[in-house]
Amino acid sequence: MPNVTELWVYLAATPLFGLTATLGVYVAASALYERLERAPWANPVLWSVVVLALLLSATDTPYQTYFSGAQFIHFLLGPAVVALAWPLWQRRAELRTRAGALLLAALAGGAAASGSAVGIGWALGLPPAVIASLAPKSVTAPVAMGIAEQLGGIPALAAVFAVLTGLVGAITAKLLLDTARVRSPAVRGFALGTASHGVGAARALQVHPDAGAYAALALGLQVLLAALLLPLIARLF
Amino acid sequence: MDALKGFTLLLLCQSAGEALARLAQWPLPGPVLGLVLLGALLQWPAVRAPIEAAAQPLLGHLSLLFVPVGVGVIGHLGLIGQYGVRMMLALVLSTWVGLLVAALVLQSLLPRDAEAPLAR
Repeated sequence: MPNVTELWVYLAATPLFGLTATLGVYVAASALYERLERAPWANPVLWSVVVLALLLSATDTPYQTYFSGAQFIHFLLGPAVVALAWPLWQRRAELRTRAGALLLAALAGGAAASGSAVGIGWALGLPPAVIASLAPKSVTAPVAMGIAEQLGGIPALAAVFAVLTGLVGAITAKLLLDTARVRSPAVRGFALGTASHGVGAARALQVHPDAGAYAALALGLQVLLAALLLPLIARLF
Repeated sequence: MDALKGFTLLLLCQSAGEALARLAQWPLPGPVLGLVLLGALLQWPAVRAPIEAAAQPLLGHLSLLFVPVGVGVIGHLGLIGQYGVRMMLALVLSTWVGLLVAALVLQSLLPRDAEAPLAR
């Protein structure tokens, strides 16, 4: 049926394809996640990425063609980072009274995540460009890309690392924090936002409102701290 | 209408942030400067309702926004074939270290009563 093939070739090359596929797959993955009672392993970002990657491979669609449509969703990451000012501002009173503790925990957690990623990468003999792309991995993707570029990393790879880091946190944090006997939702949320940015924060938000609020707060702090400090620290080496 | 106004404000803050980062040659990404600018702008009560209307849906579906970048993994299959296990090891272990350090430091610094739900 040449007509069907022609139609597919036409549709797959328009931005409509990437946009529709992303939203369609994500909506389906989210519905499944809800039905599975939000089990960590059913994370909708993970399964959306897997299904879309398989779909692109199976149909021989280049990533650029897919991205010409998906970029409309990707673009919203910028305004979303700006919008983080809102949850931060809403909790300004708490922020002020607990500023010291929160700042110290954000600094310690961020430094530990970034430092151990670079250290492990170096010890395992990864190339310098890959290590530089690992350094900002606990910061939300668009900011991680900007920082990686300044550090001599590969922005697109840094963004993938950031998303994978988010997924690792969202999927394993429950088990890890249960084992460490960290029970307060606020502390658990803050840790998730610090070590696995937006993907972790999205998970925290689904579990408990306090956890979600502190995750958004940690995410905002991590963005500010990493954007300010990582390039300065990299200059020392 | 509020959501539209709020979204326009978000884009204006981001644009101002991008412009400021280029002009002053600061090593900060534009959206981060936009975040700081918006924080200052929120002192002004008139912008609060529009910003809330725009920020809520955007942050509520934050995880969707990471999907296009995540699919970009297919562009790095070469690197992954070569270093995949080592990269995953670095990613997983460092995420656990970050999670534990952040949680334990904050837990030790916050008073016990912080375990109770916080006043908004």
